[in-house]
Amino acid sequence: PAFGLFLFTIARDPLRIIILIAGAFFWLVSLLLSSLIWFIAVKASDPRDERLQKGLLIFGVMFSVLLQEAFRFLYYKLLRKAIEGLVALSEDGCSPISIQQMAYVAGVGFGLMSGAFSMINLLADALGPGTVGIHGDSQLYFLTSAFMTMVLIFLHTFWGILFFHGCEHRRWWEIAAVVVMHLTVSGSSFCNPMYVGSLVPSYLLMAAAAAWAYLLSGGSVQNLRRFLLCKC
Amino acid sequence: MITFMNNSDSEEEPCNERTSLMSAESPPVPSYQDGLQASEAGEAQAHRKRRAGSGRGPNNITGGEMSGSGVAVRESALENEEEELTLKYGAKHVIMLFVPVTLCMIVVVATIKSVRFYTEKNGQLIYTPFSEDTPSVGQRLLNSVLNTIIMISVIIVMTVFLVLLYKYRCYKFIHGWLILSSLMLLFLFTYIYLGEVLKTYNVAMDYPTLFIVIWNFGAVGMICIHWKGPLQLQQAYLIMISALMALVFIKYLPEWSAWVILGAISIYDLMAVLCPKGPLRMLVETAQERNEPIFPALIYSSAMMWTVGMAKPDTAAGGPSQQTWDAGEDGREHLRSPSHAESQMAETRSPVPPRPVTSLEELEEEERGVKLGLGDFIFYSVLVGKAAATASGDWNTTLACFVAILIGLCLTLLLLAVFKKALPALPISITFGLIFYFSTDNLVRPFMDTLASHQLYI
Repeated sequence: PAFGLFLFTIARDPLRIIILIAGAFFWLVSLLLSSLIWFIAVKASDPRDERLQKGLLIFGVMFSVLLQEAFRFLYYKLLRKAIEGLVALSEDGCSPISIQQMAYVAGVGFGLMSGAFSMINLLADALGPGTVGIHGDSQLYFLTSAFMTMVLIFLHTFWGILFFHGCEHRRWWEIAAVVVMHLTVSGSSFCNPMYVGSLVPSYLLMAAAAAWAYLLSGGSVQNLRRFLLCKC
Repeated sequence: MITFMNNSDSEEEPCNERTSLMSAESPPVPSYQDGLQASEAGEAQAHRKRRAGSGRGPNNITGGEMSGSGVAVRESALENEEEELTLKYGAKHVIMLFVPVTLCMIVVVATIKSVRFYTEKNGQLIYTPFSEDTPSVGQRLLNSVLNTIIMISVIIVMTVFLVLLYKYRCYKFIHGWLILSSLMLLFLFTYIYLGEVLKTYNVAMDYPTLFIVIWNFGAVGMICIHWKGPLQLQQAYLIMISALMALVFIKYLPEWSAWVILGAISIYDLMAVLCPKGPLRMLVETAQERNEPIFPALIYSSAMMWTVGMAKPDTAAGGPSQQTWDAGEDGREHLRSPSHAESQMAETRSPVPPRPVTSLEELEEEERGVKLGLGDFIFYSVLVGKAAATASGDWNTTLACFVAILIGLCLTLLLLAVFKKALPALPISITFGLIFYFSTDNLVRPFMDTLASHQLYI
């Protein structure tokens, strides 16, 4: 689905593609820094202590989430500057791309990159021989991974919109809400393999975020109804 | 941004046993580009490369500085429109470069992942005589550095040789050399590649069919690259040639040498293009003085307009080359592989007329494309291919390198728009790529693996 999003909405306009790739790049850099921190922490600690390793992992995850949001903020700043440049360049005073579109594309960029990193090795292994869950792990590993990845990509997209909107209008609570949501989703994945604990809240949160982002982007219930009724 | 044209040195490999000159690749020539990157730069006017052109603002006087044109007012009016066009098409040009680079990388990665042949070590090039099978780390490092020095000096010699030939107008020799190179590339390497792919998929093919297929492929390729042909076909051939070259490099360069060579090439590129006495810069300047296009088979260009059929008064014979160079731009060409580069679409008969700014010309502005040297393609693909071949993190590392290279390309295009000169396309991208490769392989991989094994998501 995320790839479909990409094809239909982004691939047409070259500017959006550039913003997408840059968004992916920023996510990658944040991942790099957070794994650097984790790596240092692991090397500096005792590798035999299971609980400590688990604790470090949790710490690494939280730290990574915070870093991702920080990089989203940096990306927002960069895009603001870019918009000003674009406006100055264009002759009729308005930029060819609005900040909301940029927010959407940036969110998709983040999401695609994070999804790709989560899934791609899994997919490559899935092509090869093997049985899922042979050692007593859950047999639904691939399925749940796929769903989780999808929900995460969508969430990143919505968070992008919400985050940028919050920055635009200086509503700090929106930004804080995004951060909290991200932390919650990552935290809920700690419940794996008890999938109920992680997938369900994530989907609920995604629905909430989707509705919120939709409302923020100017949609409304009437629009939705008109769209659905007219088209079908 | 400058596009570099790198003629692949791949010729060298088969020349191990022979002593033909083919291996002398043309020195990498960074090609300049007329690329526009207007999205972030505020002033990119790629197409305005008319001498002064920098679009500071729509109403700036840049027009006034136009050399020799007394139409300052008209210039500025035109500039506004040009800027608008530039802005609209700036991002488009970036994408026009993204697509072929991505395609080339995809081909290389797909081949590396599926065909065993290219990851087996079957010997080394004559240009990298020191083996890396030594027991100690220090020895290995020393060998790879020595290999790099030899390789770079070969490239420098070739570049200087090419520039000298160009300066003294030995065109026939250069053309002959390029044609010979591309011949070899198109036929021999394709034969080897096809053979390996067929072997991998266990498909039988008899010799007559093979002969016919390769003959057709090669003949059409030669025509397309050196003469005329549909733009898409030319682009496709150039991409294939770059991919073949990159595959050869990946196969025949030993591990550490490959990384050190990548780093050294980008430094060399930087120097050759930016230093006043750099061979590439001289090549470009000479070509510009003489109003000639750079060798056809060395650059990839994203757009082209045949002025042959055009009834434009000022697109004379000298016009095309002028336009390609986009007034005031120094095209640096990085001729890397002599033979490979040939396939270039350097014949960008850019639609933009060189000097007089008439409103007619603006219509053609959008057709102007950006030019990137083939060598750049090759080295980008080598980086990504090596990441795919040797990284234990598999796809994550490859993906990270891919994104890094694209971002580097973007930045280079941005700089091109700002500086409006030929720029080396290698350094930024390769630096990013190398940084990301090593960091992803060593830092991110354990992190992601641990996360995946616990099924945690960040």
